[in-house]
Amino acid sequence: MTDLTLKAWFAAQERPARAGDRARLAGVTVIGLAILLVVVSLFSLTTGASGSSGWAVIESWFGLVDKSDPAVLREQVIIYDIRLPRLVLGILIGAGLAVSGVVMQGLFRNPLADPGLVGVSAGAGLGAVVIIVLGGTIAAPLVALLGIYTLPLAAFGGGLATTLTLYRVSTSRGQTAVATMLLAGIAIGALAGAVTGVLVYLANDQQLRDLTFWGLGSLAGATWLKIAAAGPIIAVAIGATFFLSKGLNALTLGEATANHLGVPVQRFKNIAIAAVAAATGASVAVSGGIGFVGIVVPHLLRLVIGPDHRFLLPASALLGASFLLTADAISRVIVAPAELPIGIVTASVGGPFFLWILLRRRDRLAW
Amino acid sequence: MTLHFSKPLKALTLAVALLATPALAQDLKPFPDTSRLVAVGGSLTEIIFALGEEGRLVGRDSTAVYPEEALKLPDVGYMRALSPEGVLSVNPSALLVLEGSGPKEALDVLSKASIPYETVPEGFTHEGILAKIKAVGQALGVEDKARQLAETVDKDLKDAEELTRDVSQRQKVLFILSMQDGKIQASGTGSAANGIIALAGAENAITDYQGYKALTDEAIINAKPDVILMMDRGGELAVSDETLFSHPALSLTPAGQNKRIVRIDGAYLLGFGPRTASAIRDLAKAIYGDSLSGN
Repeated sequence: MTDLTLKAWFAAQERPARAGDRARLAGVTVIGLAILLVVVSLFSLTTGASGSSGWAVIESWFGLVDKSDPAVLREQVIIYDIRLPRLVLGILIGAGLAVSGVVMQGLFRNPLADPGLVGVSAGAGLGAVVIIVLGGTIAAPLVALLGIYTLPLAAFGGGLATTLTLYRVSTSRGQTAVATMLLAGIAIGALAGAVTGVLVYLANDQQLRDLTFWGLGSLAGATWLKIAAAGPIIAVAIGATFFLSKGLNALTLGEATANHLGVPVQRFKNIAIAAVAAATGASVAVSGGIGFVGIVVPHLLRLVIGPDHRFLLPASALLGASFLLTADAISRVIVAPAELPIGIVTASVGGPFFLWILLRRRDRLAW
Repeated sequence: MTLHFSKPLKALTLAVALLATPALAQDLKPFPDTSRLVAVGGSLTEIIFALGEEGRLVGRDSTAVYPEEALKLPDVGYMRALSPEGVLSVNPSALLVLEGSGPKEALDVLSKASIPYETVPEGFTHEGILAKIKAVGQALGVEDKARQLAETVDKDLKDAEELTRDVSQRQKVLFILSMQDGKIQASGTGSAANGIIALAGAENAITDYQGYKALTDEAIINAKPDVILMMDRGGELAVSDETLFSHPALSLTPAGQNKRIVRIDGAYLLGFGPRTASAIRDLAKAIYGDSLSGN
């Protein structure tokens, strides 16, 4: 198991002074990323196809403009009902997908593990499609029971099932076989895709439209109701991952060592898998397939601040949120007044970036 | 990473766009202000132009490709994936949408921003077109004009349908939406394609399902279509005749053996608006050739 995190960790052990520097650098990076997120959020709130800057809304707080004026009302709708829900959802999903990537990479001790790449998103997607297509018939009791939470919870269930299967198949005696993991991911993804395909054939017109719109991957459908449904699930999952950082650090040394260091490995792995499935599942449920956040963001940050999960997790959450907000802003203005599905933007930025990382890595480290 | 199942979805996007459930014709309320109108749905834009009311239009959707001048209007996106802020950006006073436009969230937000919207029912019949014209007239408050247009269109449609009245041998038409890796997506009933085939005095070769689905080879052979009908998308994405007729199942059908394929512009063929009568004529002539009455 030659792994960059392992090498880096040993390197840090050999040079304690450097490790101190690293921590300082990492701390500064996290603060910088928090500032970046604030800037990107403000940018995202004040730009859009309609050209309104949101200034009238600020004025209306102080009673400087007449609230019954249709222009002011329109601006309020643009800010409160269009841009703000997208902002909140973008932050949640961006952060959720990025930390899911970090946790999966730590759990599998492999930088290639990403919820999208190994079939977790496809499994979550299957869960969502089941509800969209069968919600009125076979799954109706479930919908009656869970209400607006049905879709994110079903996606969570699908994500959880795929993550568990993947882990079972590709990990033995605490060692994950990379090739097995990727191949298992492809197989699981294909299987989920096949079942989804069958459901697509069963769907009626209205369901097909829902599926089509949802499958494009977009924050366009962001409403406060959806945030109420999926937001808490994603937020709890992100929060849970921050408690995993010490365990993930210990796990880079192997499960036996982590055990000796006092990490309850089995319980820890269960929490990690559940958190990844919840964050990915709920994200997929509300925004369809948005890829590349979970692999590009953690990679970039490892290059800058190193492999320490205490910094890597919050930094990834912050950068993931900024990345997705930026992609969303691009998708909203590039073909205005229409908009591009955000999945297209993240993939066209993420794809080349990922290749670039691979090329840089190839010469320095072999995986 | 996109989800693994986007491919069937992509293939179906177009299919879904051409499906609608017939709604009951109900009267539309006139908009309080029609000075800045956005029309969503290509046939509505066509009707507004035909009514001579295009001066009120400030936006269209991507399905509006006719007449030529309509293309100069800002495109607020695909009718089923409207971006609310995009619609707001052209500062509309009213929004006229064809049934099936959405998503619902987008329309809800627009209502909240005090932009009234009215939904015009979609229908793939002679009466459906007249109902659309009437509804647009009501919403724009130009009912007299709409009545005149409806009368003209009605007569025109009757004339066009008359062409195939005396045809003795009804031809079976297979409408192929797309062909990918040899998989053929074809139209069943309840679709625009089914409607136009009926109006042109032919029979839809596929009647055992609704909407657009992928056909098995054996179903194609059993359907025995005499003619293949496809949308002409101006070169891109189109399947060549050669590819089509080398398809093993298609080559065994009468259409394949006689190499009979008709290609007509999609918006013109399936739009169900003021141009439908001439689309019926074109299609009927392409199917029946010189055997038509009144030629």
